[in-house]
Amino acid sequence: MNTELRRLFLLFSVLFAALVAVGTYWLWRSPSLEARQGNPTQLIRDITIKRGLIYASDGETILARNRGREISGRRWFLRRYPAQDLTAHVVGYSTLERSRTGLEESMNDFLTGSNSNLATIIEKARARFGGEVREGNDLVLTIDAEAQAVALEQLRGTCGSIVALEPASGRVLVMASRPSYDSNLTSQRFDEILGQRGPCTPAAPLLNRATQGLYPPGSTFKVVTATAALDTGLHTPESSFFDRGYCIEYGQRVFNYSDQNGPQQFGQVSLSESIENSINAVFCDIGQELGTDTLLEYARRFGFYERPQLETPEEERVASGLYEDGELFEPRLESDVDVGRLAFGQERLLATPLQMAQVAATVANDGVRMDPFVVDRILKPDGSVLSRTEPESAERVMTRRTAGELTAMMERAVASGTGRRAQIPGVRVAGKTGTAETGRDDLNDVWFIGFAPVDRPTLAIAVAISDQEGTGGGLAAPKAKEVMEVLLR
Amino acid sequence: MSLRNRELATLIAAGLIVTLGFASVYLAQQSTISSASVSYIAIFLGLYLVAHIVTRFQLPYADPYLLPLATLMTGIGVTLIYRLDPDLALRQGVWVALGLILFIAGVLLINDYRRLESVKYTLGIAAVVLLLLPAIPGFGRTINGATLWVDLGPFVFQPGEFAKILIVLFLAGYLRDRRDVLRGTRWYHLPPLRHLGPLLIVWGATIVVLILTNDLGGGLLYFSVFLAMLYIATGRLLYVIGGLGLFAVGALAVYRITPHVADRVSIWLDPWSDPSGTGYQLVQSIYAISSGGLFGSGLGRGALFTPDGSTYIPFLETDFIYSALVQELGLAGGSALLMVFVLFVYRGFRVAMQADDGFSKLLVGGLTATFAIQAFLILGGVTGLIPLTGITLPFVSYGGSSVVANLLLLALILSVSDRANRRMLGVPDRGLVRFGEPTR
Repeated sequence: MNTELRRLFLLFSVLFAALVAVGTYWLWRSPSLEARQGNPTQLIRDITIKRGLIYASDGETILARNRGREISGRRWFLRRYPAQDLTAHVVGYSTLERSRTGLEESMNDFLTGSNSNLATIIEKARARFGGEVREGNDLVLTIDAEAQAVALEQLRGTCGSIVALEPASGRVLVMASRPSYDSNLTSQRFDEILGQRGPCTPAAPLLNRATQGLYPPGSTFKVVTATAALDTGLHTPESSFFDRGYCIEYGQRVFNYSDQNGPQQFGQVSLSESIENSINAVFCDIGQELGTDTLLEYARRFGFYERPQLETPEEERVASGLYEDGELFEPRLESDVDVGRLAFGQERLLATPLQMAQVAATVANDGVRMDPFVVDRILKPDGSVLSRTEPESAERVMTRRTAGELTAMMERAVASGTGRRAQIPGVRVAGKTGTAETGRDDLNDVWFIGFAPVDRPTLAIAVAISDQEGTGGGLAAPKAKEVMEVLLR
Repeated sequence: MSLRNRELATLIAAGLIVTLGFASVYLAQQSTISSASVSYIAIFLGLYLVAHIVTRFQLPYADPYLLPLATLMTGIGVTLIYRLDPDLALRQGVWVALGLILFIAGVLLINDYRRLESVKYTLGIAAVVLLLLPAIPGFGRTINGATLWVDLGPFVFQPGEFAKILIVLFLAGYLRDRRDVLRGTRWYHLPPLRHLGPLLIVWGATIVVLILTNDLGGGLLYFSVFLAMLYIATGRLLYVIGGLGLFAVGALAVYRITPHVADRVSIWLDPWSDPSGTGYQLVQSIYAISSGGLFGSGLGRGALFTPDGSTYIPFLETDFIYSALVQELGLAGGSALLMVFVLFVYRGFRVAMQADDGFSKLLVGGLTATFAIQAFLILGGVTGLIPLTGITLPFVSYGGSSVVANLLLLALILSVSDRANRRMLGVPDRGLVRFGEPTR
């Protein structure tokens, strides 16, 4: 009988070992299980943490805070957004009911204090055994609350976005997107947000148009084409062109657009005058001279074809570039792309407002592109600084000289060209307008990109508004001016 | 160190672990728990100390580790219940107290457990009656689809928990008698039908009980214990295989007849086919287990309650208590508890091996197997290893009948152990020296 008993014990040992094994298996599967809907553990764990606050750049304006509530003997923290729709897209939301978005999602580790270094681990262990409420780290953003409010006001009644950057650092000063939504509605009244209607369809209020909105950049892209023309040494600002009012692409005439300032045919013009008056035919010719490869190479240097850097979640940022059937498209042959039309920002080219703001900022920063960032510093619960974002340069896009020449041309575009309505008394402003055909009922996506002051730029801006009956010079430039004025104060 | 001093030292160690757990729950939830409730643990451990003193005098040669292991298991159980609902912990404490009183009474009154062998048929019939009690209309009560409880006014009572001990006693007696006939001389030996008859009756009764009370877990438990004991008695794997075959036939029939069983199996095969409906319990249990990590969230800090104060997993304090434990103490805590279970099983089988007569061996082997199989059925069920059957985790789950029955089970094992060790050491049996009886 003892042999049988021994064997039976062996069997039970194996069965219990199998229980340990299955426990290990579930532990190994836990990352994928935690993402499943209906798994409350992660959400509950998070909601009992006092999340860090989120401030605007002044360190005082609160964009996100907590409201504590006593539920079944534990303190739960529900998120409140006192600024309502002001920074809805950048900050995002964090609720018990649905997945997080924006910085609330991407900076969750910091906001919940789960970012790991030895000191925080010890602190967390101490808090855990003491049953204390865990406190997260605060974020101070680079967003200028006042300018952000003005930008949002300027966009009222439109579908569009305004992005302003500090050229020398890449700090995001303004990132506004319309239609917006009241972040406080996300927890209980989400249907109201989804049901929102706007001047465009779909209204998609949850979309951060600054980083997810793709619009044909139109003539603002001429800055990129001009960069390539100057930087490769192909042309100088004084290079002379003859504008016949159209260029020929694959045997077809491509006419100038009414956005341009002046007659339908300019005749003999310089490159500088072509920027100033936004002459499509000239850029069409330049594009053909440069070729697709060179032109796209410069676009890439400006950041096209890659997801722009920012602290927001990856899925809330999209790359700019040529698109086909909703997918980024890499031309293989010269003949894949209509390079003449690409040169003035049409073809299948789509860009985000953030990308075009980077184009302006790069010219303003003597040709060096900086990585944009929106989190200035992270504060510990006691108020001391945990980390501060150091500006980082992405790459030198063009020579300092090219940048200088472009600046002069863009200044003329505002001083006496298509961008006149962006003029600010006493301030030298450089810029470029854009009016892109959308193919929808004669509606245009209108643009303005620029920077100021010219001698020592403190801001670069991009304004993009979709589905407008008008031009970038008429509609986008004045909105840029309003926002720039606040930022220059 | 003497056996009893070893027991005391281990008991103190177990008491310290439980106190630590209790303290950590209290610290994590001070805002909601009254400080008076901390005294539960002192009373709880005090009772075990009394049980120890009784074994010291009555069963001085019994295995020294079984009582402390039981202390640890009930202690962990009460701590977890305390974390989930302090009021419930108080009631469980009362049940443990009652169980220990019965444990002590059992140890004092039953001088020689072997006398039970002579009344084996009475015990067997009593077991069947107990099992069928809940099936009597108006008497039984159905909870979560299974009719396992008897309503006794102020409290409900689960006769199945006691029936399992009686079944083991009956089988130990019966199998010891028929052992040689059943065993035969060849591996393919088939005993005469009149010896096999009672066994087939047990098999049939199991299936009937299973259908009447809708208690898949219980049926599976009784039948597995029966097979384990049959194996211990005869060493014939053929019986085990044949038994499993018979059970498979029965189970398949039941599977066809009752949707309850079919549901359990399909949930087990794919818990996520209906994660908010039929699969909800298991899916939530798996979430709790997987998100516990290696060391868990800490006692009292797991994500077990919804905002409205109910638990995400229904029956968390009974069937799913292991899921709560792994959530808060992690895989490490869960494995530690499993280790405690294995140690208990190990000590149990050791006692069975040391016993020098067939009845004692079968009795302790059967009781230990009952403990092990019951634990495996529910632990395997809540972790998704096997289909889920509602059954308590011995010593740990909330439930009066379960705790009391398992403490009685412990009293029996310790009695056997004491006698076996006396035999090995050449010390007279305790029945012969007590009450001034002359020694032989």
